[in-house]
Amino acid sequence: LVAQDARSPPSQKRRTDDSTSTGDLQPMPTSPPADIQSPGAADALFSSPPQFRHSAIPLDFDISSPLTYGTPSSRVEGTPRSGVRGTPVRQRPDLGSVRKARQVDLHSDGPTEDVTTEQCLGQKLVIWGTDVNVASCKEKFQRFLQRFIDPIGKEDEDVGLNLNEPRYMQRLEEINIVGEPFLNVNCDHLRSFDENLYRQLICYPQEVIPTFDMAVNEIFFDRYPDSILEHQIQVRPYNALKTRNMRSLNPEDIDQLITISGMVIRTSQIIPEMQEAFFKCQVCSFTTRVEIDRGRITEPSVCKNCNTTHSMALIHNRSMFSDKQMIKLQESPEDMPAGQTPHTVALFAHNDLVDKVQPGDRVNVTGIYRAVPIRVNPRVSSVKSVYKTHIDVIHYRKTDSKRLYGVDEETEQKMFTEERVKMLRELSKKPDIYERLSSALAPSIYEHEDIKKGILLQLFGGSRKDFSHTGRGNFRAEINILLCGDPGTSKSQLLQYVYNLVPRGQYTSGRGSSAVGLTAYVMKDPETWQLVLQTGALVLSDNGICCIDEFDKMNESTRSVLHEVMEQQTLSIAKAGIICQLNARTSILAAANPIESQWNPKKTTIENIQLPHTLLSRFDLIFLMLDPRDEAYDRRLARHLVSLYYHSEEQMEEEFMDMAVLRDYLAYARGYIAPRLGEEASQALIEAYVDMRKIGSGRGMVSAYPRQLESLIRLAEAHAKVRFSEKVETVDVEEAKRLHREALKQSATDPRTGIVDISILTTGMSATARKRREELAQALRKLIQSKGKTPTLKYQQLFEDLRAQSDTAITKEMFEEALRALADDDFLTVTGKTVRLL
Amino acid sequence: LVAQNVPNSDWEKKVTEYFKEKLKENNATNWVPSLNDVPVHYLKPNSLVKFRCMVQDMFDPEFYMGVYETVDPNTNARVLHFGKYRDVAECGEILLNSSQTITSERQTFYCVPVPGESAWVKEISFVTELVLSYISASQARVSPSTSYTPSRHKRSYEEDEDMDLHPSKQKEQHMGSGSDIHGCVEPKRLETEASAGHHLTSPNCSPPLDLNFPLPGEKGPACLVKVYESWDSFKVNDVLEVYGILSVDPVLSIVNNDEREGSALDLMECMDTAEEQRVHSPPASLVPRIHVILAQKLQHINPLLPACLNEESKTFVSNFMSELSPVRAELLGFLTHALLGDGLAAEYLILHLISTVYARRDVLPLGKFTLNLSGCPRSSTFTEHIYRILQQLVPASHRLQMTIAFRSRLIPHKDYAANRLVSGVLQLASNTSLVIDETQLEQGQLDTTGVHNVTALGNLITWQKVDYDFSYHQMEFPCNINVLITSEGRSLLPSDCQVHLQPQLIPPNMEEYMNSLLTAVLPSVLNKFRIYLSLLKLLDYSISEEVTKAVEEDFVEMRKSDPESITADDLHRTLLVARFLSLSAGQTTLSRERWLRAKQLEALRKARLQQQKCVNGNEL
Repeated sequence: LVAQDARSPPSQKRRTDDSTSTGDLQPMPTSPPADIQSPGAADALFSSPPQFRHSAIPLDFDISSPLTYGTPSSRVEGTPRSGVRGTPVRQRPDLGSVRKARQVDLHSDGPTEDVTTEQCLGQKLVIWGTDVNVASCKEKFQRFLQRFIDPIGKEDEDVGLNLNEPRYMQRLEEINIVGEPFLNVNCDHLRSFDENLYRQLICYPQEVIPTFDMAVNEIFFDRYPDSILEHQIQVRPYNALKTRNMRSLNPEDIDQLITISGMVIRTSQIIPEMQEAFFKCQVCSFTTRVEIDRGRITEPSVCKNCNTTHSMALIHNRSMFSDKQMIKLQESPEDMPAGQTPHTVALFAHNDLVDKVQPGDRVNVTGIYRAVPIRVNPRVSSVKSVYKTHIDVIHYRKTDSKRLYGVDEETEQKMFTEERVKMLRELSKKPDIYERLSSALAPSIYEHEDIKKGILLQLFGGSRKDFSHTGRGNFRAEINILLCGDPGTSKSQLLQYVYNLVPRGQYTSGRGSSAVGLTAYVMKDPETWQLVLQTGALVLSDNGICCIDEFDKMNESTRSVLHEVMEQQTLSIAKAGIICQLNARTSILAAANPIESQWNPKKTTIENIQLPHTLLSRFDLIFLMLDPRDEAYDRRLARHLVSLYYHSEEQMEEEFMDMAVLRDYLAYARGYIAPRLGEEASQALIEAYVDMRKIGSGRGMVSAYPRQLESLIRLAEAHAKVRFSEKVETVDVEEAKRLHREALKQSATDPRTGIVDISILTTGMSATARKRREELAQALRKLIQSKGKTPTLKYQQLFEDLRAQSDTAITKEMFEEALRALADDDFLTVTGKTVRLL
Repeated sequence: LVAQNVPNSDWEKKVTEYFKEKLKENNATNWVPSLNDVPVHYLKPNSLVKFRCMVQDMFDPEFYMGVYETVDPNTNARVLHFGKYRDVAECGEILLNSSQTITSERQTFYCVPVPGESAWVKEISFVTELVLSYISASQARVSPSTSYTPSRHKRSYEEDEDMDLHPSKQKEQHMGSGSDIHGCVEPKRLETEASAGHHLTSPNCSPPLDLNFPLPGEKGPACLVKVYESWDSFKVNDVLEVYGILSVDPVLSIVNNDEREGSALDLMECMDTAEEQRVHSPPASLVPRIHVILAQKLQHINPLLPACLNEESKTFVSNFMSELSPVRAELLGFLTHALLGDGLAAEYLILHLISTVYARRDVLPLGKFTLNLSGCPRSSTFTEHIYRILQQLVPASHRLQMTIAFRSRLIPHKDYAANRLVSGVLQLASNTSLVIDETQLEQGQLDTTGVHNVTALGNLITWQKVDYDFSYHQMEFPCNINVLITSEGRSLLPSDCQVHLQPQLIPPNMEEYMNSLLTAVLPSVLNKFRIYLSLLKLLDYSISEEVTKAVEEDFVEMRKSDPESITADDLHRTLLVARFLSLSAGQTTLSRERWLRAKQLEALRKARLQQQKCVNGNEL
């Protein structure tokens, strides 16, 4: 009822001014229905609550208030009983740890209270300083719990929920079975159900959440009267739509329910926080309890029993403590504007939430934002005019841990505003979007259009397919690309660009990285002596792109770890007693220099880069970046470079799509678009594959492998994603084929014949070379056979004979290869310097 | 004056406006004492000061009481106060529950003096201020805005404190400085004492509080700068000049120690570690607070130049441009001597010194011109002397020995315990000259730190960015640093351009030679050099369509004749050389002649490298 100025003092905002209070607390017994039915139990609840010994602080206790709903009243009796009467309530320090609201006791037995008692009837009452009416609020929330059905329900926690039944009633059932007395409530659900209730929750969490607790417990114990829980159910709202990044927190958010995301950087030790002190009189052994009030315990100066002054002593082990932990949360790097350092905010976690997160975790935190003034000196009244702020945590949600269901990894989807989505959609309708995007990619790098297109498709990626039920596991959706070429053809620059563009990119250099640096390693934590798994670049770029420069400089053993990553998309670790498999669904963009540092056009790609072909075949596209040495090209290049040097910054911005748009476009496509193959497209793919096989089979060997077909599918899917299309069509297949061919044309052209030969990639040897080897072997066989029935031959002699006979030059290597081929055919064996026929 | 009693958002604007106007007046900025020159203990608390600094770290935003209400325990009278521009809320009992309280937000920056600032920058800016303030002392009454009015007696801290703690009535005159005390030393005294106290921060505070300067051995005050508006526009490593109210209330220092009383605050305090406390609320005597009224980013810190190039400074620029060529010739001669008579190297050194990153094309920084001066004599202290000469010319510089780079941590990293960014040598302001000395290098093994440092230096040179280490992730900070590498052979770091030094003379005593060189230059000439180098960095540049065509033709021709050795990189470099060559002559467009000259220079340089290769080849 009282319109609140949002900028009023944070801590005492609600209970402002005595004169203006129009409504007061609701006389609501803790658990009305149950109590009425069983007066004995009600007695247990009300028999010895410490609240009634409140002569020292008369105004501070009110069992009817939802705020003290969690006061440990019946815990003292402790006998486990079923139902709401027996289940102990537990304090919620997350809601009121720092101070206790000033409340008015509305019970008739409140001796000092005389204000507004007569107003307490009826439904118009609200909690002081808010517009929250406890009764109606509770009723509404109960209705929400009982009726809310979320038909879309796409949360990963929904496993096993019947989407057509009221969602939260199923949750309660779960609580009954599992016995974990917490109910997580998605604020978004609440908002779609009752906008006003949601608003109240956001604005007055401290008052509304206890009301929710009350409501939920009533329903729960009504349904499951025999259930035994550790303590009464506590409601934990999350996903408050006031989700903000840390930077946008401002004084208006104080005392409101907020959700922010960030990274945990430090956790404190557990701090035992006294909730209730136990005092004993040294003279007469009279005992009394004092509850914490605004962070302080008031020590009773006089014993009420024997009237001795200063005789009360604190008995530590009979006092009540609760766990508390301080956590520092830092802004996630993505949320940060460039050139600034990250902000941090302090969190306080209580009870069960203590030790739930570790430094390094990315979390979404829902909690109440608090601000407390700093007192310069407790004895002096002057106050440092600054507030300390922190968040009392109500709910954590880890964003990077493996959730129950690993499939939906895109939960961390970026939220897009509607206008943005509309803009992106519009953009996707443009006929030349593919060209547009590819030219927006690294505009400072000149030409290499196809390479940019390839990288663009890599950025989009294919659709993830799951064949685990048929035993093949996941199909890789990521596209791997290898760039190789002359030094100084801006390969590194492209890599840098990509690394800067994607949110989870990693950039390493082959020269500087070791196998463990790429994968993961086990380390002993110096403090705890625990074994800790430290992740390397490949794991860190899960769902991103790992850029590896100087791929050729990488040593053999390091490169070998890539085999598993590039096809299975996992990393297996068996080290120091830790055996595990980590996800590494990363695309690899590698750059390599030719082995002779300059590209030798007389050699094949394989010979030029000297990489094992097992690895090469895992790259979907291999591009050459060569210096074309062509006048027209030079001219355009010169123009491009000169323009770089005098265009002003603004002009450049206009010319190309800026990086932010591109980034959003990518994120949106990756998050929301998953194209499937259409009928026509499938047909086109089959044809393409058959064609590829045919080319090879014409010369008697297989030249295309299923891996190439998979590559084609991925590329086609990625191309469909560029158009935001849910269906892969023939055009996509055409483009995939074209790119694949373009890349191949460069990398798999047999320099001796000029024919594109895919077997170069798969066996590391061109078809002609193989054919030649075959011919030589046959010639050698004939030679040996012509020599008649000699069982052994001199190696050197044979070599010279063969050379004399052949009209082309035969090297020793070729000769040895031919020998080996014949040995494989069990025609002969070579022992030392003699050749023995079989 | 700005004195109002009712919360009114207008007054805040008026304050800024007012000071802006006042500071525009003739030399008004020079009356304001600068924290750079005057030791903190000579400045009056709560007076207007200025500070030229670099943002080293950004702390979390603070919520403070923008408006608060107090009550006098005796009379029960309620009074409203403003909390803006101050650290401590005073005056009696504060009503925390008052409905009138307004909570506002401000941002704290941790600022340090510009790292590597040359001595001459400090001296000149100090002297000009001194002179001007002396002149103005006689007419100081003109402006009531600046509380810097020299008065006869110097007050000690405590006295001022007492005065200020008096409940300043309802009328808060002029943000606390309205009280009529203007405790400041007279200029003459200031001169002597400041020059003495210049180098030591404050003698009585010896405990080693790490002030977190990027460069080792730096001196000067670090400052917590509290910004009230548009703090988003500032970035780490920005160079700022702030005008604001100095706050050195000793209460700030005891905040932490005295708090072990059982209070709610205790619970709050335990969340900050001791280190964090130390860093975020250091003693005010060591790290004073400045509450900013006006803050502006500086394009350069050269005191000989107008602060920004606008209409008013046009005459200055055109005057200087008219005498540009003799200055250039003199500078070339000077540097030729410094480089032992190598004219080509001197030419390239000038180009290097006026280079600056003027734009970034996606990841590619444009306008960087890292120079690798190879062939430096190893035995002598040649590099050191070159650096000393450069120090005389550029406003900020640092010399990094490669041997050190292998051992200590250069990259700034986040210390999570203290919650601050621990600075490193590579945290430098824009346009700082970094001289990397490779001549002292010995063979040996590199440890992890060394590898990281070399990678970081490589990134710095190639991409003009430094990845700061946040332990869980890295964050990229773009920078604009002129890197000059001196080495014997080719440097192990990448560079844009390598010039092999060919000394024409070897002086028997390097030290004597260099010293005599420096003393031979007149101060006025030296100042011209300084203006020359700083000014040319700020000029615009363009290439006409016509010349573009010519360049194109040229490139195609060159490729035709020698496709192996001419690459796109060469064109890049030649364009850069042409750009700086034109600028160094004061021309803002590329002419055909300059292009040819650039090509000629490049050819000379390459020939030298080729020659060098041959020599080495023969030796082997």
